[in-house]
Amino acid sequence: MWFLGIIVAIGAWLILSYNSLVRLRNEVEGSWRQIDVQLKRRHDLIPNLVEAVKGYMQFERDTLTQVVEARGKAISATTQSARLDAENQLTTGLGRLLAVFENYPQLKADQNVMNLQEQLTTTENQLSFARQAYNDVVLQLNTKIQSFPTNIIANQFGFHAAEYFKIATEDQALPKVDLALGTPTPRA
Amino acid sequence: MASGHADFRALERANRRQTVLLVVVFLILFCALGFGFDYLVGTVRVVDGNFAGFPVLTVAALIIGSIQSLVSYFGGASLVLATAHARPLAADTTKHQMVLDVIHEMALAARMPVPRAYVIDDPAPNAFASGRDPSHSVICVTQGLIDEMDREEMQGVLGHEMAHIRDYDIRTMTMIAVLVGGVAMLADFVTRWAWFGGLGERRSRDRDSDNGDAGAIIAILVLVLAILAPIFSQLIAMAVSREREYLADASSVEFTRNPQALLRALEHIAQTESPLRKASRGIAHLFIVNPLAGAGDRGEGFLANLFSTHPPLGKRIERLRALMSA
Repeated sequence: MWFLGIIVAIGAWLILSYNSLVRLRNEVEGSWRQIDVQLKRRHDLIPNLVEAVKGYMQFERDTLTQVVEARGKAISATTQSARLDAENQLTTGLGRLLAVFENYPQLKADQNVMNLQEQLTTTENQLSFARQAYNDVVLQLNTKIQSFPTNIIANQFGFHAAEYFKIATEDQALPKVDLALGTPTPRA
Repeated sequence: MASGHADFRALERANRRQTVLLVVVFLILFCALGFGFDYLVGTVRVVDGNFAGFPVLTVAALIIGSIQSLVSYFGGASLVLATAHARPLAADTTKHQMVLDVIHEMALAARMPVPRAYVIDDPAPNAFASGRDPSHSVICVTQGLIDEMDREEMQGVLGHEMAHIRDYDIRTMTMIAVLVGGVAMLADFVTRWAWFGGLGERRSRDRDSDNGDAGAIIAILVLVLAILAPIFSQLIAMAVSREREYLADASSVEFTRNPQALLRALEHIAQTESPLRKASRGIAHLFIVNPLAGAGDRGEGFLANLFSTHPPLGKRIERLRALMSA
């Protein structure tokens, strides 16, 4: 009688473990696609932004050119590494642009520019969080695949550890703190 | 930069363990009172060393309490929003757009659907989350929060609210409320029963059966429990609420990877004077900072802390600071 109980228990564990592995693997795929979504948003945003600020930001001509070029490269890239390179260049260029917004007070008067700045800030943030979410769920999947007793069935059923998303080393110098909209309220 | 974020996972695990412990203690308390009362009244008896009968009163208290919470469960956030006089947050200004964007950002980091956004017309900076599960949830901010917080602080606050939704805190606190209500109901039954002569009736029944002295001792124990249980259950419920607040703080760091964000927000809020005008006691526990207390009341008195839905701001700030230097 208790022998039957053990079989049922093992069966239940098998089902639960398998399902959680499937769920995690699908989350990893979904998170990866989410990164793509954010990258595309960024591509779509850039032409409008460059047009709007071109007239004001006389000293950022080089950065603006770099941004437009990097965007072109990212869209037309044929290999994953070329694409990643271009996207990283884009991140650097856009980060620089956002950082010097404060130097052009006339920009604040232009509502269109302000809206675009917000859109750009949130897109950069969402891209960063999408990558973070991807890495988080990869961590969960990999931990599950490597832990006992799930590791027994993981390989059998074709679940393999996923790779973390790594940014190029020069990008790690970029500040990750988001840029405040306007100045903070002075403390009493 | 955010160097200490590795420790937020340890904090989250510890907070979850604490919650489980507290809920277990609460269930034991509820069952002790319930079964004790059922035994006293006679719906549960000891026959030949086994339990017989059915704990009618315990189950009744649970059912009545559950009906109440089912109403609020399915009513979802609408009741709460109506109570707070909240209206949907429109993207009519860049600042409002920023709030909506930050909610999107936190939903991405939390890997959750995006909650609907609402706003309350109040100058006190505060926020709350409501809803029975992540797909049916709302985040409500005050106009004061929108005006006072910069983007980084907003991320910290909204990350905290997102955490409440992800961890089903609203549902947990609703269940706790059921238990608190159940305990209060049972305690009420017991004291009324004892007052209206139930004890005498019990004692004569005991003398006729072989339970005798044991019956008297149990009667006294149950009466004492009936008097103390409501206070204990409030204490436990508040302790659970505070534990979930700490957990939401740690989870906010998990999302933003930046303890500074929530830290600055809490310090900023700590300096504001006014309590929230539209918050009632019923929804007070849902806010990020206790809305019924002004800056002066948020001190660290021992008794005040035991009955508070939120941990003292000072302690929360301390824990966040520890995450930064870990």
